[in-house]
Amino acid sequence: MYDVAIIGCGVIGSSIAYRLSRFNLKTVVLEKENDVAMGATRANSAIIHAGYDPAEGTLMAKLNVRSVELTKDLCQKLSVPYAQIGSLVLAFSDEESAHVQRLYERGIANGVPGLKVLTYAETKAIEPNIADNVTCALYAPTAAVINPWEYALALAEVAVVNGVELRLEAAVEAISKTDNGYVITAGGKTIETKYIINAAGTEAGMIHDMALPHTFDILPNKGEYYLLDKSEGTRTNHVVFQCPSKVGKGVLVSPTVHGNLIVGPNAVDCEAGDTSTSAEDLAFVRSMAVKSIPSIDFRQNIRNFAGVRPNSTVDDFIIKAHDGFFDVAGIKSPGLASAAGIAEYVENLMQDNGVVLAEKAEYTDTREQPRFKEMTHEERAAIVAENPLFGRVICRCETITEGEIIDAIHRPIIPRTVDAIKRRCCAGMGRCQGGFCGPRVVEILARELGCSRQDIDKDKTGSYIVRKRED
Amino acid sequence: MYDLAVIGGGPAGLAAAYSAYEKGLRNIVILERDKELGGILNQCIHNGFGLHRFKEELSGPEYAHRYIEMVQDTSVEVKLDTMVIEITPDKKIFINSPSGYECIEAKSIVLSMGCRERTRGAISIPGTRPSGVFTAGAAQRYLNMEGLMAGKRVVILGSGDIGLIMARRMTLEGAKVLACVEVMPYSGGLTRNIVQCLNDFDIPLYLSHTVTDIRGDKRLEGLTVMKVDENRRPIPGTEMEFDCDTLLLSVGLIPENELTRGAGIEMDPRTNGAYVFENMETSIEGVFACGNVVHVHDLVDFVSDESARAGAAAAEYVQNGAVKGDVIRLQNGADVGYTVPQKIHRDTKADKIDIFFRVRSVFGKSQVIVSAGDTEIQVFKRPYMAPGEMQHIVIAADKLKGYDTITVTAKEA
Repeated sequence: MYDVAIIGCGVIGSSIAYRLSRFNLKTVVLEKENDVAMGATRANSAIIHAGYDPAEGTLMAKLNVRSVELTKDLCQKLSVPYAQIGSLVLAFSDEESAHVQRLYERGIANGVPGLKVLTYAETKAIEPNIADNVTCALYAPTAAVINPWEYALALAEVAVVNGVELRLEAAVEAISKTDNGYVITAGGKTIETKYIINAAGTEAGMIHDMALPHTFDILPNKGEYYLLDKSEGTRTNHVVFQCPSKVGKGVLVSPTVHGNLIVGPNAVDCEAGDTSTSAEDLAFVRSMAVKSIPSIDFRQNIRNFAGVRPNSTVDDFIIKAHDGFFDVAGIKSPGLASAAGIAEYVENLMQDNGVVLAEKAEYTDTREQPRFKEMTHEERAAIVAENPLFGRVICRCETITEGEIIDAIHRPIIPRTVDAIKRRCCAGMGRCQGGFCGPRVVEILARELGCSRQDIDKDKTGSYIVRKRED
Repeated sequence: MYDLAVIGGGPAGLAAAYSAYEKGLRNIVILERDKELGGILNQCIHNGFGLHRFKEELSGPEYAHRYIEMVQDTSVEVKLDTMVIEITPDKKIFINSPSGYECIEAKSIVLSMGCRERTRGAISIPGTRPSGVFTAGAAQRYLNMEGLMAGKRVVILGSGDIGLIMARRMTLEGAKVLACVEVMPYSGGLTRNIVQCLNDFDIPLYLSHTVTDIRGDKRLEGLTVMKVDENRRPIPGTEMEFDCDTLLLSVGLIPENELTRGAGIEMDPRTNGAYVFENMETSIEGVFACGNVVHVHDLVDFVSDESARAGAAAAEYVQNGAVKGDVIRLQNGADVGYTVPQKIHRDTKADKIDIFFRVRSVFGKSQVIVSAGDTEIQVFKRPYMAPGEMQHIVIAADKLKGYDTITVTAKEA
């Protein structure tokens, strides 16, 4: 019998698992994919929003603003890449200038620190590549960029170290109520638990309906992106947003925490799990982006991708308790930016609902991650002398060593795919997109996991890479 | 301190190191990130290498082996499994290998890092992102180095030489190559490869077509190919569906110049390589570059020649100092994409200047005109020119020395 079963191991499930792992609870996380952070968490704008966007009085506003500091602190504790670069919302007309003013006022009401409305000249001074027809901009110094999948992974990893059980490829098939909790069938196995936390992202509506009467729908909505080479990574200094308009929310242009440039997203209703891109949508993203930053060189694109937002029929996050079943659903934008606050809120909600949270005598809340590229010359020399595997660079574009890859493979959540390695240590994330290091990562994975190279998948289970010649 | 550090032990680096040794340098090191010398030639097991250089038809590994043996008979030091992390403008080189992370210094440097393949992202092919989409070179490595097949039903996008070679190779290994698709109205590869790798195996080549959609949630399941108009935009109604598990991309090569940029060397946006003089010197005195890191070649034979010049120039630099003085600039005229070199030392000791360039479209009987202002310096006749075939002219240095700017132009005869 488990105390808590968390369904879904994206950034929300892992944030909650991290917090709950401090307590004397028997907790299991059920994830349908073969790794953590496989849904919205792996494909989004990777931004910790400052919190001026959500309407006053909503959970979204409260938890977003609350999370800004929490996230910064967590990233430091967990060795997760984070950079507080600030954001700008550009206005291009009087109407949009008025919108920027409204955002400013809303931000003040939401308690966002440091907001300023800048003139064109002031904006140009700190963001030189903006278009000439910008009228003014809202500056939010607390906005940040992070690595979202590493954030979720780090949280989940610490939770596992503290004793939380993570079951991968355990899609929930059925839930039934018992006298003192629930029975869940997941991945062909049955477990009993006192409490359920539904953090299933785009599937959260379906999970809710397995246990409780229908109250909301998840409306999956896709956003498509360009990711440009690091040679374009200094095109902007801040996260550069646009005002929402008739044609959509506007696309952003921003450096990523890794030093690339990200451009997107659009917003298109879709099926859950549909992360395809289309030529028309990408053309739209491009045309919108150059309104803000006309000089973006799209020839430096290294990857297009799409992520699916778990939008819902409710205008706010859905965080509610019903008889030991806790919905944490409809976590749309600013979901990543609110994750830390959401987990804190859920913890309090559980306590309010009679869940006994007794702190363990010992637990950890930190994690280290070696990053060869970020080391000084002296640190590099020292680590190679200590472990010669750090002397062999596997991913040339991102300067990722064999030492880092082996370290990732032997961590508490074992990566079994080439993309899982990419999410853990950035091998294959660069300009050649794994053209050079892909075969070597396959070889290292097969060697360390004791399987053959044909058994290594690229991403989801079944996404095999190579076959034997004689097959 | 080394006299010369050569970055990369592929065909360019090997030829440069050997040539510098022949010219009298003795304290030379080759820094190679792989576990063996030879570079990409090691996975190019087809023949056709060395026709110019050795007057023989060799495979890639055989061609590399000739140079490896030549270098082995010298005092050139080879550091394998060693990756250069950073080069500073004052020629400090930070290297990383299992035997240690360290900084070495050299009087001169030859950059010979080669190139990498353009990827799906570079051409923004829409659709899903399943496994089964490879650059042609990655599939070639799997097959020829590791004995593993990328897939069984294959479409190739781009008619660059590696793609064409892989069409034949995959067919010989039992795969079904359904089509080779090229967005331009002409092939990007050598004519001999079109004939020997596609025509001989009845593999259709669709010119002015491209891949417009990729399907499959896990492994590639199929893709859509469409005809494109003169602006390379897909024409609605021309969709062709392919049921395949593999897409190989042969959509161009990009010189790998991150170290070059890091050292602050001036880059030519036309070639994506460094600006070079006739002796392959870059904008930093004593730093030379050669092979595919300067501009993408079709034939390794020309890489070897160019690199031998770079190696000899490095030796000259170490022994006698830099060539100083006035610069003659080369520029590309009508229908020429770039020239290498881009600059010539007016005081060059060379008798003749090799000029390489690519044309922008397909030419029949045509002329290459070297001129300065209104003055025609020399005209070269050509029976045929195409963007996929690098052009080479040789001109006496004396003919150029009286001018400041030289223009290379192509036109139909």
